Formats: sequence, structure tokens, C-alpha cells
Amino acid sequence: MSDTDMTETEIAPVKRPARWHILVFLAPAFLVYTAVMILPLIETLRLSLFNMVEGQLSFVGFNNFKVLFSDPRLSADFWNALGNNVVFFVIHMLVQNPIGIAIAAMLSVPNLRFAAFYRSAIFVPTLLSFVIVGFIWKLILSPIWGIAPGLMDWVGLKWAFSPWLGRPDTALVTVSLISVWQYVGIPMMLIYAALLNIPDEVLEAAECDGITGWSQFWKIKLPLILPSIGIVSVLTFVGNFNAFDLIYTVQGALAGPNGSTDILGTLLYRTFFGFQNQMGDRSMGATIAAVMFLIILAGVSLYLFVIQRRMRRYQF
Amino acid sequence: MSKARSAPLRTALIHLALIAYTLVALFPVFLTLVNSFKSRNAIFREPMALPTPSTFSLVGYETVLNQGDFVGYFQNSLIVTVASIALVLLTGAMAAFALSEYRFRGNTLMGLYLALGIMIPIRLGTVAILQGMVAAGLVNTLTSLILVYTAQGLPLAIFILSEFMRTVSDDLKNAGRIDGLSEYAIFFRLVLPLVRPAMATVAVFTMIPIWNDLWFPLILAPGEDTKTVTLGVQMFIGQFVTNWNAVLSALSLAILPVMVLYVIFSRQLIRGITSGAVK
Repeated sequence: MSDTDMTETEIAPVKRPARWHILVFLAPAFLVYTAVMILPLIETLRLSLFNMVEGQLSFVGFNNFKVLFSDPRLSADFWNALGNNVVFFVIHMLVQNPIGIAIAAMLSVPNLRFAAFYRSAIFVPTLLSFVIVGFIWKLILSPIWGIAPGLMDWVGLKWAFSPWLGRPDTALVTVSLISVWQYVGIPMMLIYAALLNIPDEVLEAAECDGITGWSQFWKIKLPLILPSIGIVSVLTFVGNFNAFDLIYTVQGALAGPNGSTDILGTLLYRTFFGFQNQMGDRSMGATIAAVMFLIILAGVSLYLFVIQRRMRRYQF
Repeated sequence: MSKARSAPLRTALIHLALIAYTLVALFPVFLTLVNSFKSRNAIFREPMALPTPSTFSLVGYETVLNQGDFVGYFQNSLIVTVASIALVLLTGAMAAFALSEYRFRGNTLMGLYLALGIMIPIRLGTVAILQGMVAAGLVNTLTSLILVYTAQGLPLAIFILSEFMRTVSDDLKNAGRIDGLSEYAIFFRLVLPLVRPAMATVAVFTMIPIWNDLWFPLILAPGEDTKTVTLGVQMFIGQFVTNWNAVLSALSLAILPVMVLYVIFSRQLIRGITSGAVK
């Protein structure tokens, strides 16, 4: 490129011969990300199409998926885990997010004293590791220690106590609620931020029209924070269908009692890594990971291409 | 209108609800910390009471410190977390700068590619990651964890940082160019100092999942020398399930560093969220 070129390209982007610095800036992140995240992800998806045939890894098409969905031994575990995972997600959507929104709405009341304290305190569980959360709740709900029965006795509900984590019919709901307890902080923070971003003029205009308090929240604020609720929902979805740690610490890798808290993450761990007398199976592990990938991809695409498009965003 | 009369009542109800939920959020943590300082009998007889001189006991902490190599676990967690954050911040900021500053072919595509990881969890690639780490001879090393966590943290870091870098004034950068600064100098000496608040936010967001992760330590580095605190506590509790003093003390020790970090960084974290860094 010559100097004359440079002067006449006032409007067009300045073009220098080789801008190596762009490559230098991008390369480290690109290489680590590609090598450790994207390639393994692709390789896992590829592996899900292979399996051992007569001691040799060979291409089997969608056979692994067929086995996973219909083989009497594996498919029962899989459908059970998928069903439990759906319940796990539904409980989060019905309990965690409404509580998070309610707390955020209360925190954003103007001139509320101690708001910063409440906000910080309620966010504490979110920072704790699953190991801590899992064991604390295991201890609290344990009939041996008697914290939960003691507290329930105090409010006259002692008859209602039972070892929830140990009963197949209540274990899943209990574990889900523990997870809700831990993660309420995330919807709270994101919705709180969205509520703070609503301009005062909008709220003042509403007040001039006599819309205050409760109806102001439903009619003015809620429609304005819908995009944030959408983001919270998709984050919940991804997090829930990828969950593992809490179930593992509370109920162990077998996700007992009797598989009643087994979700896709724990099933993946057991299948891939093996547990007790079950041998680890790389191909079936990859197949389960591929199914989880497709579920998450479907959820995220639904959000990006359907829900987000239809949502009205207000520019202030 | 009844507004003036109902306002104090409404505020009182809001405080009541918030206090109630704060208790729900903090009670389990409080219970653990308090009981970790009590003797075994007191833990069972009066679980809700504060430790008194007659019930005070450090026997749980003694067991933990004598039986488990907690100092080693802490060291491992610290090395992994600090190294990963440093790599995420440095390489992430560089990539974010390239994406936000220069126009080049494939810019948007590259941005989308690097953002994929925000929504798709890295865990789904575990089967092949383990395979790769075995091939590279990195199993049971802290390096394997650092690499995985760096890759895990990069997408969100690049996304947040490039949003922030777009707000750095062009005039400043062009003035630097006229003064003969190289592109590298512009990045390191002009832009980086200006986005420091965003870097702190990213650091906090990156740190929490790394410190708390159980999955990758369990799969990639379960050896005694490379256990992180999270895995160490998990395994320790598994062995000492019936020793309540030890379990409660181990939990308290695991809570402590997170709480210290939270107190230091909470303002940064909350500012980061409310300023729209993660929208």
C-alpha cells in the first residue's frame, strides 16, 4: 500500500498490509478455547456414534442412541433420569424464580433501609460450594440431629416431619428445594438490576395516572423486566440440565434412594466413569452427553429464536 | 388516598418478609459455624445454643487438621483459581480488545464462536477432555484443571469485557497512535487500566464456579496431591460421616475463604451485576 492510497480512503476503513497484532491478541484465547472446549465437545459428539464391536471401536451410526432409548437395562435409567431432570427444572421455575422476583421487587422499593444488607445476605448461599450446601442440609434434615423436627415441633408441625431425603417419593422434591435455596440469589440479582434500570420518569408517569404499589408492579414493572425473566429462565434451564454436584454430595453417585433423585448429570457420571460394580462405558457416556447437549441446544435455540424475538424490548 | 396511611404498614411488611428470608438464607450457615465450636454432647443436646465456656471445644478442628491435608488442599485450590483467573483475564481481555477495536473479516463470526461457551457447558465434553488429558499426560496435575477452567471462563469474560471496551473513547486511542504507541502499548497502557472495574467483575464471576467445582477435580485430578478444597472436604466428610465435630469443622473451614472473598469483593460483584455487565 502506498501513501496515496491512505489519503483517499478517508471513509473506507483504513487498511494496513498485515495486522499481525489482531492475530496475536486473538490467538491465545482462541487456541485454549478451541483445544479444551470446542474440540472435545465435537469429539464427544463424534464418539457417541461409535462403540466397541468385537473389541474394536467402530462406527455404529445412531445405534447407541437406540440402545439408550430402548434397551431394557439402560433405557429405564435414562427415562427415569430425564423425567427427574424435568421435575427438577419445573420446581426451579415454579419456586426459585418467583421467590427471586418477589425479593427483587421488595428490595427495589425506593428508600428501603438495610436493602444492601438483605441483598448481600440472601446472596450468600449462592457463593457456597455444593459440598457445603449439600452436607449442611443433610445434617439439618437428619432425624439423628433433630434440627428440622425440633424446629417443626416449635411451630406445632412435628407430625409433618419425615426423613424426606431418605424416602423415594419426597427425595427429589427435597433436593430440588435445597438447590432452589442455594440459587435464589441469581434471579434476585438479575431481576433487581433490571428493576433498577427502569427510569424514574416511567414510574412517575404511572403514579400520575394513579397506578401505584401492587398494580404498578404488575402493569408497569413486570412487562418491562420480561426480557430479564427470559434470561433467568434460560440460565436456569442450562444449569438444571447440566446439574450434578448437589445430587452427588447429598445422595451419592447412585442418586438414591432407589434412583429417585437420578438426573442426567449423575447418570452421565456413573455411565462414563463406572461406579461400584458397574464398568465405565466411554461410548455410552458420550451418548448421554450428546443427548444433554441436544436438550440444552434445543432449549437455548427456543429462547434465542422464538422467545427473545417475540419479546418487546423497550429502549429508554 | 390511603397511600400515606398504608405506606408505613407496607414497608413494615416488606421488612418482615425480607428478614424472614434472610434468616432462611443464613440459618444453615450460622448453625454450622456455631456447632463446629461445641463438644459432641452439646451439638446434640442444644444444637441451637451458642457455645458457652462449658460446651466450647475445638476437637473437630483438631481432627480435621490432623487427619486431612487441608493446607495442601487450600494451596491447590488457590493455585488453580488464581492461575485460571489470571489466564482468563489476560487472554480474555486481549481477545475482547481485538473484537471490539478492529474491523476485520470474520469479526462477528469470531465473536459468536467465542460466545457459544456461555450457553453450552464445558462439562458435556468431559469424555473427550479426559481422553485428551490422558494422552497429554496431564491427568492428576493442576495444569489440567487450570486449562479446563480457563476455557470455561473465557466466553463470558470476552463477552463482558468487549462490551466494556467499546465504551473506551476512540479519541484517546487515536491520540496514543499519533504519539507513536504500538497497538500493544495502547492495549496494555491505555485500555487495560480503564477497564479495571470490569476486570474485577469478571474475576469474581470466574472465581466462584472454579473454587466450588466438584466435577472436574473428581474426574481429572482426584489424586491426593492435587485435591482441591471442595473435593478434599467431600472425601473427608465421606470418611468421617459419623464424626459430627469433624464434619462441622471441615464445613466451616470450607465456608471461611468464600466468606472472606465475598466481604472483600461484594461491592464489586453487586456493582458489576447492577451496572448491566451480565445482561
